[in-house]
Amino acid sequence: MRRFLISLGLALSLCASGAWADADPVALKALASDDFDARLGAIATLVAAGDADARRILTALSDDALAVAGERVVIVAGEQVLDAATGAAIKPAPASPESISLNNSLRQQVNSALAALRLLSDDRAERLASAKSLLSDMGEGATLLPLLDKALKQEQDGEIKPILVQLRAQASLASPDAALRLQAVKDLSNSASPAVKALLLGLLEKQGDTFVEPDEKVRAEAQFAVKAIDSRLVWSDLSGRLFTGVSLGSILLLAALGLAITYGVMGVINMAHGELLMVGAYSAYAMQGLFRSHLPDYVDYYVVAAVPVAFFAAALVGMAMERTVIRHLYGRPLETLLATWGLSLVLIQAARLLFGAQNVEVANPAWMSGGLQLADNLSLPWNRLVIVAFSGFVLLLVWLMMNKTRLGMFVRAVTQNRPMAGCVGVPTARIDTLAFGIGSGIAGLGGVALSQIANVGPDMGQGYIVDSFMVVVLGGVGQLAGAVWAALGLGVVTKFLEGWAGAVIAKILVLVFIIVFIQKRPQGLFALKGRFVE
Amino acid sequence: MRTPVTVKLFAGLGPKGWFAVALAALVGWVLVPMAHLLLPEGHPLHVSTYAITLIGKILCYAVVAVAMDLIWGFGGILSLGHGVFFALGGYSFGMYLMRQIGREGSYQSDLPDFMVFLDWKELPWYWSGSDHFLWALFLAVAVPGLIAWIFGYFAFRSRIKGVYFSIITQALTYAAMLFFFRNETGFGGNNGFTDFKRILGYSITAPETRLVLFGLSVALLLGALILGRVLIASKFGKVLTAIRDSESRVMFIGYNPLHYKLFIWTLSAMLCGLAGALYVPQVGIINPSEMSVANSIEIAIWVAVGGRGTLIGPVLGAGIVNLSKSWFTTSFPEYWLFFLGLLFILVTLYLPQGVVGAWAKLRSRKAVAPAAPALAPSVKAVAATEPELPAGSAAKGASA
Repeated sequence: MRRFLISLGLALSLCASGAWADADPVALKALASDDFDARLGAIATLVAAGDADARRILTALSDDALAVAGERVVIVAGEQVLDAATGAAIKPAPASPESISLNNSLRQQVNSALAALRLLSDDRAERLASAKSLLSDMGEGATLLPLLDKALKQEQDGEIKPILVQLRAQASLASPDAALRLQAVKDLSNSASPAVKALLLGLLEKQGDTFVEPDEKVRAEAQFAVKAIDSRLVWSDLSGRLFTGVSLGSILLLAALGLAITYGVMGVINMAHGELLMVGAYSAYAMQGLFRSHLPDYVDYYVVAAVPVAFFAAALVGMAMERTVIRHLYGRPLETLLATWGLSLVLIQAARLLFGAQNVEVANPAWMSGGLQLADNLSLPWNRLVIVAFSGFVLLLVWLMMNKTRLGMFVRAVTQNRPMAGCVGVPTARIDTLAFGIGSGIAGLGGVALSQIANVGPDMGQGYIVDSFMVVVLGGVGQLAGAVWAALGLGVVTKFLEGWAGAVIAKILVLVFIIVFIQKRPQGLFALKGRFVE
Repeated sequence: MRTPVTVKLFAGLGPKGWFAVALAALVGWVLVPMAHLLLPEGHPLHVSTYAITLIGKILCYAVVAVAMDLIWGFGGILSLGHGVFFALGGYSFGMYLMRQIGREGSYQSDLPDFMVFLDWKELPWYWSGSDHFLWALFLAVAVPGLIAWIFGYFAFRSRIKGVYFSIITQALTYAAMLFFFRNETGFGGNNGFTDFKRILGYSITAPETRLVLFGLSVALLLGALILGRVLIASKFGKVLTAIRDSESRVMFIGYNPLHYKLFIWTLSAMLCGLAGALYVPQVGIINPSEMSVANSIEIAIWVAVGGRGTLIGPVLGAGIVNLSKSWFTTSFPEYWLFFLGLLFILVTLYLPQGVVGAWAKLRSRKAVAPAAPALAPSVKAVAATEPELPAGSAAKGASA
C-alpha cells in the first residue's frame, strides 16, 4: 500500500515537475499532515523537483525550522518568517507558527533526500561524500530513484559514477517492477561490498511463508550475485588478514631485533627488554609534549624527531644496565635473568613515578592517520603501513651495522671467539657495552613504533617480553634472518588463527606450537652450524 | 642389604633436626592456637586473626619455595612456571569450595554464580565430582603433577635446559594465564573463585577452621622439608646434584638424567599444587593473576634470597620477602617495586648463596682462618656450574 502511494506520488510529481516555478503550496501543506504516507509523498515530490527551492525546504525541515502558520507553510529563520514556497519574507510575520516535527524514519528520509540533492552539486568532493554517505544509509530508496537517474545522467567523474550505478541499483530493488529489480540485482553483482551482500541476502529471506522478493528469477539472480560477491570478498578478506599479520609481524620484529642482538649474539637474557620498549615509547610521548609547547607548527613531525631521541635514551639506559649489573653476571645466564627482571621492576616503578600510573596519550600525526582504501572492505591504516616500512628500514640498518661496519665486525668476532678476539686487540669489554647499547636502542625504536598503535603505559613492556623471546627462540639464537622469518611467520599465523579461533586461543595455540617446535628443533629455525657438547 | 625406609627417615634428619621439627610442630599446633583462642585481644602475646591468615599464607608460599628449591637448588632447573602449578592446585580445590557455597550465592542457584552469569545450564564435565572433598584434593595434586609430567617429559627428553627451559616455562605460564582469564574456560574468568562459605560443612571464617588450616600448613611445610631432606640425603639426591653440576658427565657415566629430572620436577609441581589447595581457603580467593609471569619469577627470588641448595633457606626467603611485601604495601606502596627490584639485583650480585650462605660464610670466617671456609666448595660448585646457554652461545661459554 505504502509503496503504491509513493509511486503514485512520484508519478504525479513527475508530471507536474516541469510546470513548477515555485514549490506547490498544496503539496507543501502535505508535509504538515498527520498521515505518514502523505508526508513521505510530499518529500518525494520535493526530491523529484530537485531544485534550489526543494533543497531550501528540506534543509529547513531537517533543521526543525519549517512551520505551519494558518494556511501557509513557512520557514522560521530567527526573527524573520519566510514563505516556504517562494522564499520571500512575509510581513508582518504571522503569529505563533506551529513547527512541523519529524519522527525518526521521516528524519532519515529527509536526510538521505538532502544527501541525494547534493549529488547534483558542482563540487566534486561534495558529490563524492554524499554518494558515499548514501551508500551506507539510503533510507526508502524508491523516493530517490528519479534524482539518482538525473545525477547519473550528469555525472562524468570516474570514481563517482560506479557508486551512483550501485546506488541506483540499490534504490530500484524496492521498485514494484520485477524487470527493474532484476536489472538492479545484475548491476549489484559487480560490487565487492559486504553491505550489498547483506542487502541481497535480505531478498532471499523468507517472511512467514513468502519470500521478501516475490519473483523467482530475481531470487535466482540474487543467489548468483551473492556468490560472485563472496568470491571477491574472500580475496580482499584474505589480503586484509595477511596485511594485519605482516603488521603484527613487523611489530614483533622491532621488539625482537634488539633482543636478537643482546640475547642471540651476546647471550644475555634481558628480561628488562620490554621496559626498553617502554623507554622508547615514553620518549615519543615526551617529544610530543615538547613539540606541542615549543613547536606547535611542526607538531606533525614529532615522531620523526622522536626516533633518534628514543634510540639514544634507550641505548643510554641499556648501557647503564650493562655497566652496573649485567657485566658482573656474564656466563651466569640464570642470574642474569633474575637481575634483569629486577631491573625491569625498577624501570616500571620509575616510569610510574615520573609519568603517573595511568596510560598516557600519544596521538598519531595527521599524516599517519586514516588509511589507504584498496577495496570496499580492505583499508590499510597509514600508521601500520608506516610501521611496516619503518621496521624494514631498521632491519636494513641493523644488517648494515652488523655486516659492513668495523663495530659490527668486532661484535661478530667477540661472539665467535671471545679470547681470540681479545688477543688480536678487540676491546671486548667496550664492545659488550656498545653492542648492548645498540640492542637497547633498537628496542627504543620499537617503542616509538608501538606508541603509534598501542597504549603507552608503565606496564606496556611486560606484554611483549614473552612474545619477543618466542621470536628469538623460534628464529634461532644468533641469527638475524631467523628473527625476521620467525617474526613475520608468527604474526601472520597468529592473525589467521585469530580469525578462526579468537584472540586468546590463537595466542595459546601459537605458544603451544612454539613449545612443540622447540622439542623438535631446539636450535630454532636457523641454527649456527657447528658442534657443541652442551 | 637395603636399609628400611623408617631407619633412613630417622637417620636423614639427625637428632638436632628432629628436635627442630618437634619444636616447630609444638609452636604451630599448640602455642599459636592457644595464643589465638585463649588470650584476650589486648594481650601482648595474643595472635590476631590477621596474623594467623598472613602466616598461614606465608607458610604455603614457603612450601612452594621449598618445591622450587628442590628443582632449582638441587636440580639446577630454573622454572618460571611454578605459579601455574600453585594456582592449578588452588583452582582444583577452589572448585570444591565453590560447590560448598550451595545455593547461598547471589543467584540462589546450584551452579556457581559466574556460571549463572554466563547463562550456563549445567556444570561442564571437568566440574563433575568437584563436590567431593577427597576428589578435589586428589585433583589438586594430580592435575599439576600430570601437566608437569607431560611438559617435563618432552622438555627433558629433548634436553632443553638452562635459560631455554626457563623461557619456555615462562611461555607456558603466560599461555595458562590467558587461558584462565577467558570466561568460557569455566573458572570464573578474571574474577576467579571467591566468596567461599564452608569447608567440609564448617564455616570457613570460624577461628577454629582457620586454626586447623594453619596447623595443616605447618604440617605440610614440615612434611615437605623432611621429604626434601630424605631425598637429598639419598642416592637419588646425589645423582640429582651431580646432574646439576655436570649433566653430560653424568650421562657419560651411564645414568639417564631424564628420569631423575622428571621425578623431581613432577614432585615439585605436586607439592606446589598441595600448597595452592591449602592457600585458597585461607586467603579466600583465587584468580588468574596468581598465574602471572611476575608471580612465578617472585618465587625464584624467595629461594635466591634465602639460599639455594639449602632446605631451610627457601623457608627463610619466603618469610623475609613476603613479610616485607606486606609491610611495604601498607606503609610505602610506591616503593615496593623498587625494593623488590633491588632485591633481585643485589641478591644475584652480592648474595649468590642467600642469607643462609652469607651466615655460614660469616661463621666459618670467625671459626677458621680466612681461607677454605666450610661451605665454600658447594658455594663455588653452584656458581661455576650454572647450566650453560644452549648451542649458539656456546662459543661464549668457552670463556667461562
